[in-house]
Amino acid sequence: MTLEVKNLQCIRGDRELFVDLSFRLESNQLLMLEGANGSGKTTLIRALCGLYLQEQGEILWNDVSIRKLDEDYRRELLYLGHLNAIKADLTVLENLRINSALANKISGYQASDEDLMQALDTIGLFAFEDFPTRQLSQGQKRRVALARLLVNKAKLWILDEPFVALDVAAVELLQKIIAKHVQDGGMVILTTHQEVPLTSGKIQRLRLGEFAPDYYRQESHKQEYRQQEQQEAGTEYV
Amino acid sequence: MFSAFWIILKRDLLLALRRRNEVFTVLFFFIVVISLFPMGIGSEEKILTKIASGVVWIAALLASTLALERLFSNDYEDGTLEQLALVPQSLSIMVFAKIVAHWLLTGLPLVLIAPLVGLFYQLPMDTVGTMMLALLLGTPVLSMIGAIGAALTLGLRGGGVLLSFLVLPLYIPVLIYGSGAISASMAEGLSVQPYLLLLLAFMILSVIFAPWATASALKISLE
Repeated sequence: MTLEVKNLQCIRGDRELFVDLSFRLESNQLLMLEGANGSGKTTLIRALCGLYLQEQGEILWNDVSIRKLDEDYRRELLYLGHLNAIKADLTVLENLRINSALANKISGYQASDEDLMQALDTIGLFAFEDFPTRQLSQGQKRRVALARLLVNKAKLWILDEPFVALDVAAVELLQKIIAKHVQDGGMVILTTHQEVPLTSGKIQRLRLGEFAPDYYRQESHKQEYRQQEQQEAGTEYV
Repeated sequence: MFSAFWIILKRDLLLALRRRNEVFTVLFFFIVVISLFPMGIGSEEKILTKIASGVVWIAALLASTLALERLFSNDYEDGTLEQLALVPQSLSIMVFAKIVAHWLLTGLPLVLIAPLVGLFYQLPMDTVGTMMLALLLGTPVLSMIGAIGAALTLGLRGGGVLLSFLVLPLYIPVLIYGSGAISASMAEGLSVQPYLLLLLAFMILSVIFAPWATASALKISLE
């Protein structure tokens, strides 16, 4: 299994986030996306999920475009974004049951209620399964979302800031879960400022951000930007 | 293939059960609008029976736009919609489930409350029957068209007002043939069948195209 990105270009508004981005990810590999705020990590992740259409370039899963694979690609994919995607009015168990059923039913794997309870137990929500999620803390809500990782057969995990709002114990637990998935032949892509120690497999790093706001923190760059802006304004309105 | 359909349908009904006020808002709005007309116009029987067909449908149109805004916005805000777009299943099927759930919660209650309208406006019994049938065929069209509008205005500021501007003109055919059916049932020698058949045709068309169009609009809104 491979995920390959070729000459990817993404534009947000009129700002170029990255051009000519290429990398290749294989089984047993973890890709850490790094970069300052606003450098395009989330946009890249959304493009990799197929939620955001890139300006140029290709994203290939086993050498076939993910646009062409469509449902077959989404079957291999598990995405966890900034939002937890859980319903405040449903209980912890109901949320997990629905999330896991939607992701899995079509691929043939069906998690039983025992599996779900086991997953909740592992993630540290024992005895919380009948609580409506609106009564939980931020960290506990995040744990409900993370419990999906345990009742899933997806090969490629794409996690956007998975460690946010978690306490020390949960961070350690999640690191172990990710390491195990990589060890078992999976692939993980994640954005984080947290290190993930692996027991086996390989870590790749990708640093985004030549076009990030940090670039303009230097005084010379600032002036250059202002001049450019004035010139553009001049040509438009005079 | 339809497993995702049932999961979403059950989920949305369960959510509505936990949050009943949204369902009752639509129903009470409908009843209040219906009962305001006799008070404003006067309770003369002749006038009331004459305007009943139009009033029922206009109230139904306004009531159905009331709940539209929340059709996708809740799922959009908590990230569930994003996850639905990534389920290995056509998004149209899940969108269809959401629209069906929406109709069961906001359209069907209007159909069931229709005999009460007949009582307010002193309509004959078989006209009430026609009215229920016309509402049964017409309100799903309202939900279907409304869903396209809701998907297009998702995530916009002031989307609610824009949504009404967008969908109300599209409701006009349903309004014309829906109220036409009720008027025809009260007139001598006119058949209601053509009106009802046209409403049925609208419904079938919208069931075929609306989920697909809504899913496409949602994908654009998610970008």
